Amino acid sequence: MSGQGMELKLQIWRQANAEDKGRFHIYHLSDVSPHMSFLEMLDVLNEQLITLGEEPVAFDHDCREGICGMCSLMINGQAHGPDKETTTCQLHMRRFSDGDTIVIEPWRAKAFPVIRDLVVDRGSFDRIMSKGGFVSVNTGNPADANTILVPKQDADRAMDAAACIGCGACVAACKNASALLFVSAKVSQLSLLPQGKPEKAQRVLNMVAQMDEEGFGSCTNTSECEAACPAGISVSNIARLNRDYMCAMLCSEEGM
Amino acid sequence: MVQVAEATLDGRIPDGPIEQKWDNRKSELKLVSPNNKRKYEVIVVGTGLAGASAAASLAELGYNVKAFCFQDSPRRAHSIAAQGGINAAKNYPNDGDSIWRLFYDTVKGGDYRAREANVYRLSQVSGSIIDQCVAQGVPFAREYGGLLANRTFGGAQVSRTFYARGQTGQQLLLGAYSALMRQVGSGKVKMYPRQEMVDLIKVDGVARGIVTRDLTNGKFETHTAHAVVLCTGGYGNVFYLSTNAKGCNVTAAWRCHKRGALFANPCYTQIHPTCIPVSGDYQSKLTLMSESLRNDGRVWVPKAEGDARRAADIPEGERDYYLERRYPAFGNMVPRDVASRAAKERCDAGFGVGATQQAVFLDFKHAIARDGEATIRAKYGNLFHMYHKITDEDPYQVPMRIYPAVHYTMGGLWVDYNLQSNVPGLFVLGEANFSDHGANRLGASALMQGLADGYFVIPYTVGDHMARHGQEKVSNDHPEVRASLEEAQGRVSKILGVAGFRSVDSIHRELGQIMWNKVGMSRTAGGLKSAAEDIQALREVFWNDVKVMGTGESFNQNLEHAGRVADFLEFAELFAIDALHREESCGGHFRDEHQTDDNEARRDDENFCYAAGWEFQGVGNEPVLHKEPLDFNEVPLTTRSYK
Repeated sequence: MSGQGMELKLQIWRQANAEDKGRFHIYHLSDVSPHMSFLEMLDVLNEQLITLGEEPVAFDHDCREGICGMCSLMINGQAHGPDKETTTCQLHMRRFSDGDTIVIEPWRAKAFPVIRDLVVDRGSFDRIMSKGGFVSVNTGNPADANTILVPKQDADRAMDAAACIGCGACVAACKNASALLFVSAKVSQLSLLPQGKPEKAQRVLNMVAQMDEEGFGSCTNTSECEAACPAGISVSNIARLNRDYMCAMLCSEEGM
Repeated sequence: MVQVAEATLDGRIPDGPIEQKWDNRKSELKLVSPNNKRKYEVIVVGTGLAGASAAASLAELGYNVKAFCFQDSPRRAHSIAAQGGINAAKNYPNDGDSIWRLFYDTVKGGDYRAREANVYRLSQVSGSIIDQCVAQGVPFAREYGGLLANRTFGGAQVSRTFYARGQTGQQLLLGAYSALMRQVGSGKVKMYPRQEMVDLIKVDGVARGIVTRDLTNGKFETHTAHAVVLCTGGYGNVFYLSTNAKGCNVTAAWRCHKRGALFANPCYTQIHPTCIPVSGDYQSKLTLMSESLRNDGRVWVPKAEGDARRAADIPEGERDYYLERRYPAFGNMVPRDVASRAAKERCDAGFGVGATQQAVFLDFKHAIARDGEATIRAKYGNLFHMYHKITDEDPYQVPMRIYPAVHYTMGGLWVDYNLQSNVPGLFVLGEANFSDHGANRLGASALMQGLADGYFVIPYTVGDHMARHGQEKVSNDHPEVRASLEEAQGRVSKILGVAGFRSVDSIHRELGQIMWNKVGMSRTAGGLKSAAEDIQALREVFWNDVKVMGTGESFNQNLEHAGRVADFLEFAELFAIDALHREESCGGHFRDEHQTDDNEARRDDENFCYAAGWEFQGVGNEPVLHKEPLDFNEVPLTTRSYK
């Protein structure tokens, strides 16, 4: 591939730690193969920075196959870059052209403070989950798995919602930095299944309360979250959450 | 010559007939009363299927649990990437499955190098795993009537695999993670994300805690407890390129090994036949295409050496469907180890395809003509989409190019039947231990083992250890605790002090090359000896020339990586030594010297029917071999044949 690669101008957010104010740095990278993934392109940049005696750019990543949810990045203002339903690790450089300038930033939200460079703290998602993103069942001897029938369409819709990878793109894409798509995916999954129904009211109230406490914004139905979501989570989950929330507030013991 | 310990290892297998062993053991295990459980602390390292399920289950029982992971959230662990499914002997399809049959398939699939009693227990609890996951709200695939759906997987003649689309690992992990987060919410688990275990703390020979490094600020801490449960996955990244996540590493297991835990069968590595081939020297990882594709795809290469024509331009008569040719009975559905070696053989002989010629075709042309594109799309749409995205080639139009890649490691820390290592108080679960898959793992069995260990084994066996060792706590000021801490701190300072010119990544890649070329799919005595020398030399390079940027007191991914590579460089040598000493071919371990006339693996049950547990003797020194003889009373030893 040598000699056929692209020349790129990378404008990357550098921030030493949470207290640092942060700023953009410009890097020029040449001979970028179109077959590289976006993160491999950053690997190449980092190898060059190390050779030059500069600190490499910090970015989160792990599985590099689009499922762990660890990678992030705002790429030219789009969460996970330009491709639909694609995480940054699955984005390939053939999507860009020779001579392009690429602006790379971390997720920006009050509830996702920057740790370093492009790495943010998404612990708020875990804290929301700890308030109700589960069925209260201990390990032991539950009934045989086929005791309760689950209509295929409910199981399929629950699976659609459960596909969320918890990356935070929805928050980063939202002008209000709302986490409602993330929360609604878990709420929907569990309220669609018979196993989740007993705690339905309590779950939605507790998770939404924690979401508010973490400093996420409110949802104004812009649907930018759905457009940015690499796992294809639909905003119809938000509608389902709103319905559950209203029911819980008006009709349940927990909401009184 | 390998130094062999006189006494054999005792797996502490319970007495009685195989189907009663686990019940017998449970009745012997001591219990901790509910009131006393809250006086005990357990450390769980790693939050994949094994770790998350163990941490949640132990906390539910009342123990105080501290759980650690290096990722930013416990939900990221690499179990999440498993695609195909999870086996369980439910026999819902009424097709003749049973606990015994799952047990038999697993022992045979492992090429008779697993411990029978463990495999039987795994099979016994497999059904409960499905019940547990359904109760948690895991959205398994369903039939129209609302019952659970099953599919078939490699190495079995029954449909026993439960699945959630192509994301079974994700859904099972999120189920275990939700159980874990429930306990975090209740205060019974304290979760420590972005923390790396950098040493084991032993006091009077018993595992009593760990040393951790906070990856966000470099701070070291010591955590003491009454037991340590290690669930830190496999070591495939010693090859640099593998299907593992980038962060997967051997560090926690290796540090335990250096503190006395035996490392068993490190040479048993699973090379998965259907992965997307390497495309350039910038490549950072390899992506798996599910084994299920071989149900409909046909594997071939051109009959003519070096034929560089496009697949479509090569007529049928000039194609070599080599798996169908060599293994007419099983064809494209031979086990993973067999399919991988056959692909390598063709490429090495000059028949490989694509720009690098390190690939073979996996062709769906016939399946599409037979069943229609819509049917193939419904079955494999997500995989075709992923392949298209990565390679920019449409597999509906042109055949996929695939090549084997390192996927799973069957070896791991040695454990007894209770999943306790030879260091009392140190338990090892999931891929990190060695016990259940022998020399080759069957598809859809890794998820089963991780959850079996975490949900249904460790809650019983950890209690027994606690009850026998009492409630006494260890202070953070204990001299052995301080010593472990200082040693760990010293290692980081040493790495930062080298100030050389080679990047960590370049050294890791070089190690991967050595491993792949000489300790990979086919191994020879000469190659393994020279690999050990190369690894020693590269270790010198690392400690003389490595260049790590930044400081030890900040978020520093370069330093994290350096610490892991330093451990891989020590571990890799043990890997080569184990492969050299095992003068036979079995499962994922193939020695060129030990093959039949038609190039199949030749086991040596006379001399090698044992698990090899290695004892550390210092870096660069020959380790001591401890043998655990393996008895096959239920499934008689036979030679696998797929002809």
